[in-house]
Amino acid sequence: MYKVKVYVTLRESVLDPQGTAVKKSLATHGYEGIQEVRIGKYMELTLDESVKDVDGAVKEMCERLLANPVIEDYKYEVEEVVAQ
Amino acid sequence: MKFAVIVFPGSNCDIDMYHAVKDELGEEAEYVWHDTESLEDYDAVLLPGGFSYGDYLRSGAIAQFSNVMKEVVKAAQAGKPVLGVCNGFQILLEAGLLPGAMRRNESLKFICKQVELKVENNETMFSAGYANGEVITIPVAHGEGNYYCDEETLSSLKSNNQIVFTYNGENPNGSLQNIAGIINERGNVLGMMPHPERAVDEMLGGADGLKFFKSIVKQWREANAINA
Repeated sequence: MYKVKVYVTLRESVLDPQGTAVKKSLATHGYEGIQEVRIGKYMELTLDESVKDVDGAVKEMCERLLANPVIEDYKYEVEEVVAQ
Repeated sequence: MKFAVIVFPGSNCDIDMYHAVKDELGEEAEYVWHDTESLEDYDAVLLPGGFSYGDYLRSGAIAQFSNVMKEVVKAAQAGKPVLGVCNGFQILLEAGLLPGAMRRNESLKFICKQVELKVENNETMFSAGYANGEVITIPVAHGEGNYYCDEETLSSLKSNNQIVFTYNGENPNGSLQNIAGIINERGNVLGMMPHPERAVDEMLGGADGLKFFKSIVKQWREANAINA
């Protein structure tokens, strides 16, 4: 079994209105020195052994559905886990 | 002329779209469920607004893989008019039938109001009933209508005259260059955030959207040499 952690974030060049709102809110709470806040999505996929090329499969899933390459970047981590 | 109104789980402007075509225009319209295998019987395809598949992941992201979308792609390739309004526009972007992507509204608020649109290109089958530069009033209702594309795409949209509607005066969502609606290069697939189907009768607060649907029918009749 594999646990895949997928992180999807807006590309650096794309303005993140949610991040901007949270940044303002942090400032209102008195937190100083916050240059930028970016908000993204975190997804966990659990894959079983039938998936042979985990990297290839996850990349394809990210590019086709999990991220929109026009505005988003993605990265992922694969962790091998022992089934209970 | 026979219109298909595609219904995804979560569509909620399908009835408005059907009403505009059937009751206001007197043309044929049918609701078509998202798992339909063929759109061959229809002359035009309408993708209505709403929240297809609950807008999970991103607006329109899941709908792009429904069965009917393969048929929508075929209809687009065959040159049939394909119109996506609001969530329908988001689906057309996700499906790659139009370039660019949608971001959350700059204000982070869901906006629901009448806006002014400027007709930037009246040489399309959807906008031929308007004059170039004409300002019309059409309602918007969305949380993710902040259109974005990269510089290269923007310059090709401009040089091909693919920007059909822009917001006039106030831009409600922060979209790039005030873009409200774009068309594909071939000129048969149009996506727009404002809802022309909600402006087809003075009783609804305005009828500026009616010319939009009339344009489609008129152009289609001319192209197919059918006298109305």
